[in-house]
Amino acid sequence: MNPLDWVLSPFEYNFMRTAALAGALVGATCALLGAYVVLRRMAFIGDALAHTVLPGLVIAYLNRWNMTVGALVAGVITALGIGWLSRRREIREDTAIGIIFTGMFALGILLMSAARSFRDFSHMLFGYIIGVTDDQLRLFAALALFIVVVLVLLHKELELTSLDPVHAQVIGLRPDALRYVLLVLMALAVVGAIQAVGVVLTSALLIVPAATASLLTNRLPAMMALAVLIAVIASLIGLLMSYHLDVASGAAIVLICIVIFLLAWGIRAIREHKRTTQR
Amino acid sequence: MSTARRLILPYGGRHTADPPPGAPALAAQALCVRYPGADRLALRDVTMVVPAGARVALVGPNGAGKSTLLKSAAGLLPVVGGKLMVYGAQPGSSPHRVAYLAQRGEVDWHFPISVRRLVVTGRYPYLGWLRPPSREDWRKADAALERLGIRDLAERQIGELSGGQQQRALLARALAQEADLLLLDEPLNAVDAATREVISNLLCDLGREGKTAIVATHDLDRLQTDFDDALFLVDGQVVAGNSGRAHPHYARAAQLNGWTEVTA
Repeated sequence: MNPLDWVLSPFEYNFMRTAALAGALVGATCALLGAYVVLRRMAFIGDALAHTVLPGLVIAYLNRWNMTVGALVAGVITALGIGWLSRRREIREDTAIGIIFTGMFALGILLMSAARSFRDFSHMLFGYIIGVTDDQLRLFAALALFIVVVLVLLHKELELTSLDPVHAQVIGLRPDALRYVLLVLMALAVVGAIQAVGVVLTSALLIVPAATASLLTNRLPAMMALAVLIAVIASLIGLLMSYHLDVASGAAIVLICIVIFLLAWGIRAIREHKRTTQR
Repeated sequence: MSTARRLILPYGGRHTADPPPGAPALAAQALCVRYPGADRLALRDVTMVVPAGARVALVGPNGAGKSTLLKSAAGLLPVVGGKLMVYGAQPGSSPHRVAYLAQRGEVDWHFPISVRRLVVTGRYPYLGWLRPPSREDWRKADAALERLGIRDLAERQIGELSGGQQQRALLARALAQEADLLLLDEPLNAVDAATREVISNLLCDLGREGKTAIVATHDLDRLQTDFDDALFLVDGQVVAGNSGRAHPHYARAAQLNGWTEVTA
């Protein structure tokens, strides 16, 4: 098969076009927010958010409600809950997150096992990007737009509270409130990511493209742009691999992200080596 | 300023009152401060006045409350007893007038941002929500970098600077902020000789410009030259003002910390 056909022929199918759009959109949104997740060391919270959405998904599924809405509600509740728990000092933040995260995930598994429908369950755990409907795609687009608008409007404040929360507070900003904003945006982004790569691998979309970009640049806007580019490329290549090789799309997308990360690592190592030998 | 300046959406939503004329930069009366969740008071019955335009050193052993006093003045800690006024108002009510420089550890130096952009964050209290820095704001940031002798480092990532250069970048931000009161927490700690010289000259200039500086420091050699007054803190209390050196606690603290005695 000629390479152009390899790339283009799958997209003669409507479901593949929808899946590609959804993958690119969801990957880009997660990558954009991922810059803050990586810089603020919120990787664990990101992973937890993805997992705690599960009972929301399952409850919505069992009641035949809109599953995306179920996930959204669960995600936002978790974001606020984690923000609230971590402000209190009785237990450490990561411990609090660990408790909420595993508790909610276990609840989701329990509910699902009671319903005895493990086929749909595996779609939740590992993603089912081929199954994205046009309605869902529109919702993902709306969420992505919302997230981009908030990140653009609050850019200088989010950047400053991440970099120097003390100065931010002295000039009258509230770093904890801005943290809530980020947590809620993460919850919104995670909802789409779950459809693409599943609960278990969602945090990869938040972390890996942004971490890759951070190896290659030392400016935040450039890091965001690069992370988005990497996520879109990985989503498309992953989807094509999944189509041609008949493998799980979510896993393929994440593995492509990791391959790009390793390439960036190599590029950086070569750069550093050049810099030290020049001296 | 132009009318456009009035259209800002200020941070914090706190009322920014015009200061009563003639109010001291800082006035504390029987001030008590406790860190949230702690049992012990970090400051006890502190009464002091720093007149506008003064340069005051805070001296004392580690844990005496120097940082606590600076943080309280910056509005970062709740006052649990007594009174604390900054330019005649509650701490934190006029954010652009006060610049606080924490010890360098409070900034994430790995963050992907240039020195120039770090300095321009000093202009944010004038911008408020939604407004990006204007050409004028960038010009002020550049002027501040120039004044601290690090203009050539403006486009570096902040983590590429040395400790002294980082301290200068933070001071440049305070200058860009055009703050009237500078609260500096050990700015001379672990910086190179050149930076010490720059900071020393800057304190001198600030005094001439009528700015107020309160500086926590261990560097007793410079008390005479760089400051108008020194306050000695021991165990959360001010042991004395100008004549603090005569106080037995000070002599003991000086001995414990190996301070070189200041000759009057």
